[in-house]
Amino acid sequence: MTATANLATRLEGILGAHRVVAAEAELREYAIDGMVPGAIVHPASAQEAAEIVRFAITEKLAIVATGSRSKLDLGMPPARYDIALDMTGLHEIAHFDPGDLTLSVDAGMPLRHLANVLSEKGQFLPLAVPCYETSTVAGALASGIDSTLRKQYGTARDFLIGAEFVDGQGAPCKSGGRVVKNVTGYDLHKLLVGSLGTLAVITRLNFRTFTLPQARGGHLACFSNLEGASSYCDAIEKCGLPLANLETLSPEMVALTAAALRETNAEFAGHLDPAKWCVCASFEGSEAVVPRIARDLQKLASETAAADSEILDAASDAHLGSVSREAFDWLRWASPSAALFRIVLPQSKPGDLAALLCVAQESSLRSALLVRAAAIIYFVLLAETEDESALHTLENAAAGVFFLAGAGQGHATLLHAPLKLKSRVNVWGPKRADLGMMQRVKHSFDPQSIFAPGRFVGGI
Amino acid sequence: MPASLLRELNSLLGSSNVLHKNEDLVLYEYDGSVEKARPDLVVFPHTTEDVSRIVKLAAKYNVPVVGRGSGTGLSGGALARGGGILIVFARMNRILELDLENARAVVQPGVVNLDITRAVEHAGLYFAPDPSSQKSCTIGGNVAENAGGPHTLAYGVTVNHVTALELVLPDGEIVRVGSKHGDTPGYDLCGLFVGSEGTLALVTEITVKLTRKAEAVKTLLAIFDAVDDASNTVAEITARGITPAACEMVDGWTLCAIEDYIHAGFPRDSAAILLIEVEGLREAVEAQAAAVEDVCRTHHAREVRIAKDDCERDLLWKGRKNAFGALGRLAPSSYVLDGVIPRSKLPQALQQISQIGKKYGFSIGNIFHAGDGNLHPIVLYDPRDPRQFENAIAASHEILSYCVELGGALTGEHGVGMEKNELMPLLFSDADFDLMRRVHDACNPDSSLNPGKIFPLSKGCGEIRVRKQAETLPAHV
Ligand SMILES: Cc1cc2nc3c(=O)[nH]c(=O)nc-3n(C[C@H](O)[C@H](O)[C@H](O)COP(=O)(O)OP(=O)(O)OC[C@H]3O[C@@H](n4cnc5c(N)ncnc54)[C@H](O)[C@@H]3O)c2cc1C
Repeated sequence: MTATANLATRLEGILGAHRVVAAEAELREYAIDGMVPGAIVHPASAQEAAEIVRFAITEKLAIVATGSRSKLDLGMPPARYDIALDMTGLHEIAHFDPGDLTLSVDAGMPLRHLANVLSEKGQFLPLAVPCYETSTVAGALASGIDSTLRKQYGTARDFLIGAEFVDGQGAPCKSGGRVVKNVTGYDLHKLLVGSLGTLAVITRLNFRTFTLPQARGGHLACFSNLEGASSYCDAIEKCGLPLANLETLSPEMVALTAAALRETNAEFAGHLDPAKWCVCASFEGSEAVVPRIARDLQKLASETAAADSEILDAASDAHLGSVSREAFDWLRWASPSAALFRIVLPQSKPGDLAALLCVAQESSLRSALLVRAAAIIYFVLLAETEDESALHTLENAAAGVFFLAGAGQGHATLLHAPLKLKSRVNVWGPKRADLGMMQRVKHSFDPQSIFAPGRFVGGI
Repeated sequence: MPASLLRELNSLLGSSNVLHKNEDLVLYEYDGSVEKARPDLVVFPHTTEDVSRIVKLAAKYNVPVVGRGSGTGLSGGALARGGGILIVFARMNRILELDLENARAVVQPGVVNLDITRAVEHAGLYFAPDPSSQKSCTIGGNVAENAGGPHTLAYGVTVNHVTALELVLPDGEIVRVGSKHGDTPGYDLCGLFVGSEGTLALVTEITVKLTRKAEAVKTLLAIFDAVDDASNTVAEITARGITPAACEMVDGWTLCAIEDYIHAGFPRDSAAILLIEVEGLREAVEAQAAAVEDVCRTHHAREVRIAKDDCERDLLWKGRKNAFGALGRLAPSSYVLDGVIPRSKLPQALQQISQIGKKYGFSIGNIFHAGDGNLHPIVLYDPRDPRQFENAIAASHEILSYCVELGGALTGEHGVGMEKNELMPLLFSDADFDLMRRVHDACNPDSSLNPGKIFPLSKGCGEIRVRKQAETLPAHV
């Protein structure tokens, strides 16, 4: 019997044959950076997930919990990967109190289905993340991937109010609760956000929900250079207009966005001028507020000498919004070898952005840049081949990007990179001062390092 | 306490920064709670390095240390339950950096909450978490308790406004977590340390977000003849998805006490009032105020007043924020609880609290953050009567158990401290405690930092370090 077959048989002994898959073709679908697990387990409850975790502890096996598998290439390749714990079988809404705007939902619940249920009560969860149509709620949370609504609603840490999970000792645990304000015990659930499954297997998440806005709108302003776009964004920040999202796109990013838009809405794609820097704003609120914001943006755009600007209706804004929400996904495949960075700088000044573009220029790489929520820079380097010379160029450019981020007291991570680049560049960037503290946290949750070992910051 | 420890602290900090005489120490045996425990020494560091050296000395002498801001905490968090050294951050009170362009302030832990707002309001910015004690409590204390306030309904609690921390661990190591902008890759360590009640590390520097003042604000005072009508109003405001910036409730009995003290213009003959504030763009504020007024009228508000200017608004808030003080005048002692419930359960929770009060023979006032379901029942009692004290504790336990029964929690903002640690098993299992304990031990392995807090004494973490005589003595006996 092969090792894989042996593992599958023993897992079947625990949960039954119908919960375990070990067929080669299916195993490959769960591959992470080319690593294939020995077996896939489909638990149907938190208890079943805990049983598998306990088995893994005794057998010293590594587990990666998976949702829809749309973001498995985040982070470093796992050091070990024996069991894929597919959590999509846990997909119920455990509790929804529309009157309290609170929700408790199983890990594997698809975001799309959840949105449908919530919208029946006029509510939603502001997790507008890439691969939205397939993502599960726990996958979206654990990936730490940005929501395009973060400017208005914050990140998951701001509206996650509790969690249930299986820790690295195989014990079902919880933290937080189901109320919107709570300081009872340590906020361990916050640690799960962006943890890439390295701390625990999430089985249930509690959130506060939000009411769907009455109205939505958008605005598009185009500038002949970066300075113009920046001064427009500064003016918006200064007057404190409440926006759901604000994105600045470099001309190359405008072209890529237009191409992505063309697939769903060819006509609107024509509005995007790939020779310009574009700033797209989305906003929401009452019937009175939306036109007011649109008017103010129109005025600010003309005061800052926009080459072109227009108010978008709700439908166009939604089209553009769903394309930009998916940017992470389509940027990954925008060239044969794409390196996609997420960069946070204390001050995203025009000079910083220009310096990034310079890194690309010096390496003769095509690049595109997007500043989201006036804070987070998505920067993609596009190599046209997959050969050694392309890798070498990307490697040098990546070093340049990490250096710039560090020099600006910020940080960069590589959200996506060709696999071969990952063996040369740590996607998490240089070692961080708080790594020791993170290791302590990891050790307390998962003392034997059975959860997704090696994928996280500093080899955690 | 060994004399050599005192000598070493004196030479480290200077004798003006060390207190050791009994008459000085008694001032530090209280905080805002009903608990009491006396430290052996009190020290005032000025720098992070001071803190690190103090902690190392304490470790050398195997003496516990406890951090303290202004001592306004309401769960005994800043009390030296195991004796030892109390590190008071009052003299680490400098604002180190104001970066108005990026809306960040870097401050030492002893900075008073309101002083941040005072330092930046000229630029149209403020620090959003606004505990009612904001004129005296410190940012260090806010971080430790994850403090809230009336306006956290719309803007979030302390943790939503902290992006980086500098910490001193119990072995003296200095660690930085988070980053100025926030959004650091890796675990959300700020999210763990904020709200850890000074049991994982001492906080020596905090980077906070500053918030831009809203364009328009309206403050409404809705007056009700029945408590049920007021609580149904809150439940419906929530259910309709109206998010006011603040939604506070005060019952009639408490209102009279406030009026005697502050003269804020609250009616003396009503059953309850709601103080509701809406903020945002002018157009939004108009619409929200109208919607709020509509809900109030639907639930039989006798009157809905709108503050006509800043002066009237400030007076209403002064009345709200000084309410605990006002109640303090009615009885020798008051016990402020801090339960949380789902907002849809507000009417039944208030009825139950009143029943429990009757059962034990107490008048229980209610003045609280209704919009978040964060209750603050206030039990007035005479601590000189041991039976009353026992009954006050029993009533409190019954109220908090009821909150848990409704799907709520033991504390919304005041923390567990040494006040509710024995109630924690109402919410948490042995496995939950085990994991929390491992996280605790990863930072504070010997329980030398703030022992005897959060965890029930039977569930580990510092029981050996807790002095028997210091346990749950009423503060005023
Ligand atoms: C009248 C009144 C009204 C109040 N209203 C509110 C309210 O609206 N919302 C609210 O949330 N709270 C409220 N409180 C409670 C209290 O003010 C808050 O908990 C506040 O955050 C405590 O700050 P402090 O500086 O007084 O801290 P302290 O009471 O001195 O300490 C509180 C905790 O913080 C720890 N600590 C202090 N500094 C540090 C540090 N530098 N590093 C590590 N740990 C530290 C202590 O060990 C202790 O555990 C109120 C209290 C009073 C008396």
